[in-house]
Amino acid sequence: MINTQLIKRLQAVVGKQYVLNKESDLITFEYDGSVDRSQPTVVVLPSTSGEVSQLMKLASEYDIPIVARGAATGLSGGAIAEQGGILLSLTRMNRIVEIDPENQFAVVEPGVINLELSQAVSKFDLYYAPDPSSQQACTIGGNIAENSGGPHCLAYGVTTNHVLGIEVVTADGEISWYGNRTRECPGYDLRGIMIGSEGTLSIVTKAILRLIRKPESVKTLLAIYKDLDQASAAVAEVIGSGIIPAAMEMMDDLAIKAVEPAVHAGYPENAGAVLLVEVEGLSESVEEETFEIEKVMDKYEPLEIRIAKNDLDRAKLWAGRKGALGALGRLAPNYYLIDGTIPPSNLVEVMSKIKEISAEHNLPIANVLHAGDGNLHPAILFDEKNPKETQLALKIGGDILKLCVDKGGALSGEHGIGIEKRQYMPYMFSTDDLKSMTKLKTVFDPKSLLNPGKIFPVEPDQLEGTVGQSSQISKVGNNAYL
Amino acid sequence: MNHTDATNHNKLSVNPTATGVLFTDPAMNEDLYKCVHCGFCLQACPTYIQTGLETESPRGRLALMKGVNEGRLKINDDVTEHWDMCIQCRACEDVCPSGVPYGRLIEETMVQVAKTRKSSVLKNAITWLLLRKILPDQVLLSGLMGVMRIYQKIGLHRLVSAVKMLHIIPGNLGSLHALMPRISDKFFSANGQVYHVFGEPRATVAFLSGCIMPLINEAEMRAAIRVLTRNQVKVIVPEGQGCCGAIHSHVGDLNKAKDLARKNIDAFLSEEIDAVLSSSAGCSTRMKEYRDLLQDDEVYSNKAELLSSKVKDINEFLYELPIDPPKGRLEANVTYQDPCHLAHTQKIKDQPRELLKLIPGLNLIEMRNSDRCCGAGGTYVITQHQMSLKLMEDKMDAIQDTDADIVTTANPGCWLQMKQGSRKSNKSLKVKYITDLLDQSYQAENETIPGIEKVRKVFNQSIWEKEKLELRSQWKNRTGDRRKRRNR
Repeated sequence: MINTQLIKRLQAVVGKQYVLNKESDLITFEYDGSVDRSQPTVVVLPSTSGEVSQLMKLASEYDIPIVARGAATGLSGGAIAEQGGILLSLTRMNRIVEIDPENQFAVVEPGVINLELSQAVSKFDLYYAPDPSSQQACTIGGNIAENSGGPHCLAYGVTTNHVLGIEVVTADGEISWYGNRTRECPGYDLRGIMIGSEGTLSIVTKAILRLIRKPESVKTLLAIYKDLDQASAAVAEVIGSGIIPAAMEMMDDLAIKAVEPAVHAGYPENAGAVLLVEVEGLSESVEEETFEIEKVMDKYEPLEIRIAKNDLDRAKLWAGRKGALGALGRLAPNYYLIDGTIPPSNLVEVMSKIKEISAEHNLPIANVLHAGDGNLHPAILFDEKNPKETQLALKIGGDILKLCVDKGGALSGEHGIGIEKRQYMPYMFSTDDLKSMTKLKTVFDPKSLLNPGKIFPVEPDQLEGTVGQSSQISKVGNNAYL
Repeated sequence: MNHTDATNHNKLSVNPTATGVLFTDPAMNEDLYKCVHCGFCLQACPTYIQTGLETESPRGRLALMKGVNEGRLKINDDVTEHWDMCIQCRACEDVCPSGVPYGRLIEETMVQVAKTRKSSVLKNAITWLLLRKILPDQVLLSGLMGVMRIYQKIGLHRLVSAVKMLHIIPGNLGSLHALMPRISDKFFSANGQVYHVFGEPRATVAFLSGCIMPLINEAEMRAAIRVLTRNQVKVIVPEGQGCCGAIHSHVGDLNKAKDLARKNIDAFLSEEIDAVLSSSAGCSTRMKEYRDLLQDDEVYSNKAELLSSKVKDINEFLYELPIDPPKGRLEANVTYQDPCHLAHTQKIKDQPRELLKLIPGLNLIEMRNSDRCCGAGGTYVITQHQMSLKLMEDKMDAIQDTDADIVTTANPGCWLQMKQGSRKSNKSLKVKYITDLLDQSYQAENETIPGIEKVRKVFNQSIWEKEKLELRSQWKNRTGDRRKRRNR
């Protein structure tokens, strides 16, 4: 598929050592953080927007797919070159181009690591708010592609709320800017369309990111409940009453059982659920908000409410949350991590449904969720050595996602659709919805070279008749979005 | 269920229990497939940070292991170059949420690589000579280093460097010459000597002498022993011990590593001791892992377990003792470089810092990424010279930014590497072990108590006289043995 002439031309753009196509190289570029894998034909590592532009033009000339890749920590297969072609590894484009502490923004290249940006601007008392759990490794480019979230996105919003402007290389190899250095930009919000498009519309080569001043005061609470329902109800009421904590995380009994021996965060192992709540802001308002939250949480008869006394205490409580997924390895050899959202008011109902599903199929499900956002992360525990269990885990995953949609939620909160969840898209969207979306894709990428095959299940023509039969939206009708 | 489900399933069902080509041990296999390629290790890996290449990351190297294991790749230079590039600093283990024992996997991989590798006859011969004959034999090693010392003393090494005559030698030998450390004026050796203390000892410990360290760090090892005895710890340096074998297992020579482990186990367990100490983080790590190395050895598995349970890094031991806070002032800006084999493999990060903070007047300044490898990594400085240099330069920059006068560490590899670095880019920087500074502070406090130094000197003198007598008789016995053997 790729001829030696193209390889030579790729090498001419980026230099010989940055074009990899040996079998041993390609095998390390066939995966991301998800379960899917597929080998690219060639891996290219550009170092400037100009080089990306030239590479895009070559891909277009030779009609081969081009897939952008950051640190490949994604969980939905977004950075996998499913149809082969050029895999564009952007790790060399990792410069922080500019920091403007007065106007609180930074201009960065896509390969910059999320946490490193926060560290770099820390001396100005600023930080970059979206904090995905993989923030120590994931790149800004990947965050923009997936519109990533994180625990603290409850108060601050997800990635798209923090990107002022982007420089992109379009499908025809042009370099354009969408958005600018200020908060508002007249005209169509093309920046917004690109963010979360999973690399299917353009390749981001620079981004202007909002920075946020570090809060004056932070308080972290841990509420321990005897059962999950009480905890879920407490979350729903806190959010419902209009209080917006910086973060509101929940873990169920199984997750606690896994994480406590691993991290020693001080969660009681007999608890049915714990809530981890963080309040940030001016000292006075933090005091007040903490008091209000405690009052609501008290109504649901917690076994105990703890407030972290110092930074060490806080770090310990958070270590439990952040180490939770990794620690699941102690309960089972594999886990399938689901990412769906629901309106927080439905939390009690959906969480107990998930427990039912788990009991019905006799597969344990551990829950670690961004509860305040209604962003669920059920982790189905299974053993891939048992093919039946594997099959079942995948089926249950689908069932839970459908449940989220049925309850007025969505298929993904922050991981993206990618390869993993595209088959469920017709459950959420009607044929017309999907057709409109794919039409948008053809406007920006007429030859479908940019990360082809992602997000949408099949060619839109083939969708006819298979779509939306059981979906909530089709039941309500097309006016659902109005 | 539709077709996509089915394909997803195919992708999931790589059978991890079947023994593979690379790892025939099922337990090893299971460990390999614990990696769920989440990528959390990337930013912990010094070679990934330098290159931005997946192939030079822990996740990439594990993918290559899986590739070979599943028969998709053959072990050839294209594959091994990426494993060779690994420093084995094990920073990735620290951040891995799935608990992949990367260090054990890469070590076993290197064993397999060593089996298949076709190197030049010359290279093989040099490796064999160095690892099998010279390193394990302290007498031979001291002899060679003695010659080197003369070579350095008369200034010949400067002449050789100046006329660049090493260019005629193939391979890395030229750079090896530049890396040659300054040999100590005296060597430290393990002769069964005992360092007594006033009155009842708080503990009795055995001290690892090691292979390279006694030849380049004689003064530093004596300082470490002074710190121990100052704290009422009786120190024995058992005879018959030798190299810990860490370098051997790094390059895949597990058989020799096991031999050396058995030898050390015999030497150390023959003494009545509370703990076995090493001033070298690499060696204390290796000895703590003797239990894994010899777990299948019928005769030695229990003994290895016993020894490993007694091993402590000297800084860990001093912190737990705890030591008397030294009172001598030491006005200096000091930074601390975490040795990989202390921070990552032994998880000892706070103890060295707490010890430094005990010293009055000392200002401890943290450098950025203090637990990122300095690029020393045993033979890595020689085998991957370019990468090692890059990592060293980054480290020197980080140190420079702290404005420290002294950089401390706890491992001879790091000590040497930073000495090299300071010679290149920061001539005023001093490189010290933590025990050096503790010793310095204790010495300084002697100055404030009139007369104590004299008392101590007389006492030490008497011990030294006793030691000398013991040594002399041992030496006589040994030479006698040798003569007997020769006559036979």
